[in-house]
Amino acid sequence: MSDRIVLQVENLHTSFFTRLGEVKVIDGVSFYVREGETLGIVGESGCGKTVTGLSIIRLLPEPAGKVVGGKILLDGSDLLKLSQKEMREYRGKKITMILQDPMTSLNPVYPIGDQIAESIRLHRNLSEGEVLKEVISTLKLLRIPAPQMRLRDYPFQLSGGMRQRVVGAIAMSCRPRLLIADEPTTALDATIQAQYIALFKEIQRETGVAIVFITHDFGVIANICHRVAVMYAGKIVETARTRELFKNPQHPYTIALMESVPRLDQKTDRLYSIQGQPPSLANLPPGCRFLPRCSDPLDFCHEREPEEKVIGDEHSVSCWRMWRTN
Amino acid sequence: MSDILLEGRDLVKHYPVTQGLLRKLVGYVRAVDGISFSVERGKTLSLVGESGAGKTTAARAVLLLEKLTSGCIFFEGQNICQFSSSQLKADYRPRVQAVQQNPWSSMNPRMRVRDIIAEPLVVNTRQSKQQVRKRVLELLDQVGLMPEHAERYPHEFSGGQRQRIAVARALALHPSLIVLDEPVSALDVSIRAQIMNLLKDLQDQHNISYLVIAHNLATVRYMSHSVAIMYLGEIVEYGEAEALFEQPLHPYTRALISASVLTVPEENDREVTQIILKGEMPSPLNPPSGCRFHTRCPCAWDICSQEVPQKKVMGTQWVRCHLYD
Amino acid sequence: MTDEKEIVAARPKRKGYGLSQRARLVKKLTLIIPVAILSILVLTAIFAPWIAPDSPTATNMLERKLPPAFMEGGTTEHLLGTDGLGRDILSRLIYGGRVSLSVSMLVIAITASIGTALGIVAGYLGGHLESVLMRITDVSMAFPGLLLAMLLSVGIGPGFWTVILALSILGWAVYARMVRGETLKVRELDFVLQARIIGASPLRIMVKHIFPNIINSLIVVMTLAVGLMILAEATLSYLGIGIPAPTPSWGSMVADGRNDLSMAWWISTIPGIAIGLVVLSCNFLGDWLRDKLDPRLRRL
Repeated sequence: MSDRIVLQVENLHTSFFTRLGEVKVIDGVSFYVREGETLGIVGESGCGKTVTGLSIIRLLPEPAGKVVGGKILLDGSDLLKLSQKEMREYRGKKITMILQDPMTSLNPVYPIGDQIAESIRLHRNLSEGEVLKEVISTLKLLRIPAPQMRLRDYPFQLSGGMRQRVVGAIAMSCRPRLLIADEPTTALDATIQAQYIALFKEIQRETGVAIVFITHDFGVIANICHRVAVMYAGKIVETARTRELFKNPQHPYTIALMESVPRLDQKTDRLYSIQGQPPSLANLPPGCRFLPRCSDPLDFCHEREPEEKVIGDEHSVSCWRMWRTN
Repeated sequence: MSDILLEGRDLVKHYPVTQGLLRKLVGYVRAVDGISFSVERGKTLSLVGESGAGKTTAARAVLLLEKLTSGCIFFEGQNICQFSSSQLKADYRPRVQAVQQNPWSSMNPRMRVRDIIAEPLVVNTRQSKQQVRKRVLELLDQVGLMPEHAERYPHEFSGGQRQRIAVARALALHPSLIVLDEPVSALDVSIRAQIMNLLKDLQDQHNISYLVIAHNLATVRYMSHSVAIMYLGEIVEYGEAEALFEQPLHPYTRALISASVLTVPEENDREVTQIILKGEMPSPLNPPSGCRFHTRCPCAWDICSQEVPQKKVMGTQWVRCHLYD
Repeated sequence: MTDEKEIVAARPKRKGYGLSQRARLVKKLTLIIPVAILSILVLTAIFAPWIAPDSPTATNMLERKLPPAFMEGGTTEHLLGTDGLGRDILSRLIYGGRVSLSVSMLVIAITASIGTALGIVAGYLGGHLESVLMRITDVSMAFPGLLLAMLLSVGIGPGFWTVILALSILGWAVYARMVRGETLKVRELDFVLQARIIGASPLRIMVKHIFPNIINSLIVVMTLAVGLMILAEATLSYLGIGIPAPTPSWGSMVADGRNDLSMAWWISTIPGIAIGLVVLSCNFLGDWLRDKLDPRLRRL
């Protein structure tokens, strides 16, 4: 892992324009990822994590979804300033995405070799022989056994775990700088998930790719992420290095979330359950978004949304409690 | 009255596989291949395993949605394989209900909540409209919903609320056993705790037994009294939950636990030691010889591919593994 | 409500948000105009005796082949002109519309009921019953339609009910096939499983759980079928094996004017335009309904 920053997201705002008006799905989100590093974005459904991924790779469903503010810098260039054509050149080559469902991520009517080759043919000027070599080398990178024989396989002939590897192969075929993975392991069995995560750690070590890993599973976070950003209702509430987040969580949501997850390594008598539901983004009251579910709010929390405070080495929290002087 | 409510003895379910125009029989998918388990009154047994292990098939058999190839289910000591269909409808079905995994498709989108919850009563009892209405309101209250929710349609609720409605429906006939198929896996993390706590409370209040199908071990540990670990149609380890999780015996159990445990990284920010199994679960069409797990087992030796291991009782658990012969 | 609903509501409507005002107006018109046309059809069909200016069957050899009022030589007494036998085209159009509408409504009612019932039973119960029913469906669809209509016309004699019979025999199979397909999909949904778990009978499941969930597709098909039935009846009448004279039918009106296409073109063209407009309107309406009803079904 080097110190070079590959992705820098500054104050990103994404909105969806619906019958109810403008819904600010992402409301001022900032983070960065370094070469060879994995940043986890963790949160529940509706918090905006998937939309963050789609915003970065600029694949929001049009015309309803739009990035309305901020900067997305990939190796220094602002992706939001690129034309559609330029962005297409980036996609697949410099920045790729893996989705959750291996069943529908692959086209059932083409053999997997063709699907991996498609990306290579689009972005690199190679002869057919060289393309074939690249496909095989990518299959080897994903530790798919007997790659030469697998080229002609169709997706339905593969298991879920294998399919997800093929999806990974398509993503890594042009050795991108940034990989966005949106819940890639959620649909996999536990033991296959473990294999897959171990595999991606190796790939990251070999290629230095930066990964944004979107998930709701803390176990996976602990396993693969160097740093974590916790999202709630369109905002990042806490960012920290993984170990630090688990040992010293500060935001009430982070703490509550960790306490509501049952542990396997010890007996839990009673799970803490956060009362209420995530807020409706169309109808936000002023003040902190977590307020209705916070177990111990301050008076000030009603009035203004908390500002981010850096409280440690790469550890920042958006909560008024952090601002109180002792 | 014995403590054991439901017992499955040597349940087997094979699906025939045919090929070609003439439907020639070429083999069997051995989805469930001889499993035995029991659920005690007021307690929870979880069937744990990955996809293809056979746990869903076993649950469907208990719910009479699958006809067993062989083996029998005993309910309150009686062999229900010998029940006529009207006896089943009168004595078994109302006592064994279900909550399904997907809160979005387990309810008829065209029916109001009050009709959804009332349906078991309408189908099985001759209660008056008044009585039914009263019971529906009672059930809504028990699962933490409001009376006005009865008039709404399922799509107006969140996933967690829908699961509550599903639980209310399952409780309608005062069942002795509820089969829960991955009851919380489709829900958000912070909602899971709510539903699990609700289920536990209801179990305490009404002395209901649960048969839970799950793959998430942490959930299983929180909810279960006994656990059965399934692999490729067989139970490889079975026993009291706490003991099993503290001292897992079977290598597969250990691998599953290792893959699921949330270990806070110590040294580097993400170096976590794990047991990583090689390969994938083989097809139930053609299970490996001897111990079915030997193809992926980190401790397999010669005998494992030759002989099927027998049940060995160790304390409150039993395990099928040559390591313990 | 939770964000789920937000994200669902935010899913881009296929008819597009972010479209210009003008584009949105055009989209609205593609619904309003068809509905208007069909409403006119229905109203004139119902109130024909009060609306039609003249008798549709009264001949008048003195006023034959008069052009429509907006052309030279036309009169306001016969707004759309007269045909070869001096009959007022507008009145015939209106009464003809009544025929077209009643034939299509009746046929749709009959075919949809039979087809749906058989389709649900076949789809839900499966097994041998399904195979038998589906084979019958196949045979029905493979039957040459025109031949059957002709045979019936010769056998029973041409008439209103002969047409109904012919079109019904030919029409139910489509519903059966489609409904069976939909039933197969709905059958696998969890709430059907749930109904079995609580002990509901197959009949109850088919009626209370399956049928309400296939209605959406059924309505779309039925709407599109209106246009198809009108076209079918017109075709039969054009060929002379449909509704016999003197009852006016748009199809027979087109046939009547065949020989006068060069001089008195309006005799064929006006009913032809009517057929075209109505069929198009049904298609637009059907498409609109499909879009409107489909996403809600998928919102599950």
